Amino acid sequence: MLDRKQTPKIVDAVDMQIKLPPYQKYTLDNGVEIFSIDAGEDDVMMIEWVFTAGVTQEEQKLVAGTTNFLLRNGTTKKNAFQINEYFDYYGAYLNRSCYSDTATITLHTLSKHVDKLLPEVRTLITDSVMPEDELAIFKQNRKQRLKLNLKKSDFIAGRLIDSYLFGESHPYGRFSSDEDFDALERDALLRFYEKYYQQGKLRIFVAGKLPENINSLLNTYFGDLPFGDIKVKEFPITPAVEKKSKIINDPNGIQSSIKIARLFPTKRHPDYAKAYLLNTILGGYFGSRLMMNIREDKGYTYGIYSMFANLRQQSAWIISTEAGKEVSDATIAETYKEMKRLREEPVSTDELNLVRNYIMGLFLGDLNGSFKIIMRWKDMILHHLDESYFYQLIQTIQTVSAEELQELAQKYLQPEDFYELVVV
Amino acid sequence: MIEFEKFTLDNGLRVIVHRDDSTPMAAVNILYDVGARDEDPEKTGFAHLFEHLMYGGSINIPNYDEPLQRAGGENNAYTTNDITDYHIQLPAENLETAFWLESDRMLSLAFGEKSLATQRKVVCEEFKESYLNKPYGDVWFKMRELAYKKHPYRWMTIGKNLSHIESATLDDVKNFFFKFYRPVNAILCVAGNVTVENVKALAQKWFGDIPAGEKYMRNLPQEPDQNEERKLEVKAKVPIDALYKTWHIDERLSRRYYIVDLLSDVLSGSASSRLFQKLVKEKQIFSHLQCYHMGSIDKGLLSIQGKLIKGISMEKAEKELSIVLDKMVQNKIDENELQKVKNKTESLILFEDMSIQNRANSLAYFEALGDAAWMNFELEKYHSVTTQDILEESQKIFRPENSNTIYYLAEN
Repeated sequence: MLDRKQTPKIVDAVDMQIKLPPYQKYTLDNGVEIFSIDAGEDDVMMIEWVFTAGVTQEEQKLVAGTTNFLLRNGTTKKNAFQINEYFDYYGAYLNRSCYSDTATITLHTLSKHVDKLLPEVRTLITDSVMPEDELAIFKQNRKQRLKLNLKKSDFIAGRLIDSYLFGESHPYGRFSSDEDFDALERDALLRFYEKYYQQGKLRIFVAGKLPENINSLLNTYFGDLPFGDIKVKEFPITPAVEKKSKIINDPNGIQSSIKIARLFPTKRHPDYAKAYLLNTILGGYFGSRLMMNIREDKGYTYGIYSMFANLRQQSAWIISTEAGKEVSDATIAETYKEMKRLREEPVSTDELNLVRNYIMGLFLGDLNGSFKIIMRWKDMILHHLDESYFYQLIQTIQTVSAEELQELAQKYLQPEDFYELVVV
Repeated sequence: MIEFEKFTLDNGLRVIVHRDDSTPMAAVNILYDVGARDEDPEKTGFAHLFEHLMYGGSINIPNYDEPLQRAGGENNAYTTNDITDYHIQLPAENLETAFWLESDRMLSLAFGEKSLATQRKVVCEEFKESYLNKPYGDVWFKMRELAYKKHPYRWMTIGKNLSHIESATLDDVKNFFFKFYRPVNAILCVAGNVTVENVKALAQKWFGDIPAGEKYMRNLPQEPDQNEERKLEVKAKVPIDALYKTWHIDERLSRRYYIVDLLSDVLSGSASSRLFQKLVKEKQIFSHLQCYHMGSIDKGLLSIQGKLIKGISMEKAEKELSIVLDKMVQNKIDENELQKVKNKTESLILFEDMSIQNRANSLAYFEALGDAAWMNFELEKYHSVTTQDILEESQKIFRPENSNTIYYLAEN
């Protein structure tokens, strides 16, 4: 007779070997570094061009993001429609994104078409013209989008908490208004483009089932360009003085957006690996303390999470939820209770083992496929970390003790260090 | 080409195995053939509320998540108007944990009062977060009611209103479970670093003795053809006027489905598509505009929705939109344009199929439609579509009497 109460034997994920497959490195004639992983069954691949062209480089609000956005909106040879139609015809996905420190162009394509697409990507980097009319449409549409977002409490809460943590003058805490869009001018974009794209610092990440001649293809199209070196800028962090705020954005709103957050050292800090595990226990997965208490026991919210916003200069530790207006005070009180519990009581062996296994399973799944592996490498390379960091993180997760976690909670989970924001 | 093996247990549970030993992981997907369309019109939102209750403990296992997390696993679930799907990803060595957990909750839930009371609240918060506390959040409630008069697609998966969820009782929960959550109405798909023999043995061991249940025979009221243009005007505290239009389209298994899918890609979905190019870029009527269809199993809707540029009237926006659609109705699209959307679809399918989770999910879904093997014929079906098909389909769909329109206007 089957005993259904009996848990099947498991292999502790902690005992599983996790190996980060290495990348191949290749350097183009002009010194640009290529990091690649050639693996996979299907005839698909991705390439990401990473420029040191993020928000921290801009001298005027929105210039970095707008330049990045308009990269594919016109060159001297083709207009936006013709560029997009070209990539679409080959079934390729061409995206661009702008982050705090970097900005990217990402191409997902069937491997057989990559040789037809690389020359087009080259023109985006060498020959974009940021047309005046495209800029005008961008401004108009983004202002409408902003207007809409300003009706959403989670949007307001997200940008305000960043500004409290880092200061409004820091690129991490900066946010924009209609006036900032109005002030955007094409010349500023072209200057930014020249300095940070045409002559900027570029690194390229490649993964998938790669054609044999991928390195020489990349060298042909990107190896002769005058890229240089750009240093990432740092700015003074000026957190807000007042720690608690409540904003009424919509008097008829029925839910509050709640953010409880503090500054935290970066990924490079020795506490990070331990804190990664502590955060998972607090609010980093479905079985977390916050979820179990505030969602699964009390039903105050659809979801509550804690996470690190990992930034290069300074990170933040943020707890975030949306809860019914009438239970938002209770939600905040329970959140502090969970911090207190972590400060005052050691985590049980049982819970600690569960979380260790959960995280290891997550890592194992996360190294599934070359796209995911190269993205993990990218994250480390951009933070100037090597594989020893990865193995260190794993080792810490396997070995950190309940006492160490309690000490860490006493160090970092002190209510007076947290900013608390409620937006209705 | 996705290879798989399929077998059926004596109690009717269909099991699909797809092997991929390039990964250390396994994906386990259980699809129950029940969605919001199968609900009592007076108890809507139940299929989705039920999905939440599936995590409230089963007859022999008080907590579902904990042992799974301990085995290095992760899980989630979703409910649509058509089906309910539960999926797990975990290290392949620990596959049996997934069988143990899923079979126990298929055997029977614990049916605790506390779980029901809490999840009613959680779902109400989800309702508020996703639909009530967001600008335009209620538009699909209104659109479904406008477009469907008979078919249960007239309500949202989350439910018609909060009161239906608040009034759910434990008896409702039990009845629902024993009607729908039986082996005979379920499909199990296991993908990843697994063997067919092992999955067979585990399926027999853990699911084999669960009573089959009664096969649910779906007999839903069909939506009659719409033969008058329907319009609705809404005024709300939103910052920007928005236009929503839908047209009735054919069901998932019809050949016409593939034509509509490509047709919607011609109109929208990429930066070189027609609606974006004409109405966002060239004429600047909309700041945001998209066209998609619901992908539903029964006869669905094609939708176009857009946010108007300030100063543009609804009448002007609708007229400009109709010029673009008229072109679809009057002229064949270029062969090149069709080839473009076919290429895009081909690569989309390839990229989606990269994850074992997606493959497991698709196999189960196609099995629910009729046969898991159909997953491998999708591309062929798209390739068979011609420009003449697109023209004829446009003529069938874009008729005023087949359309539903909502003007969603900013107050003042």
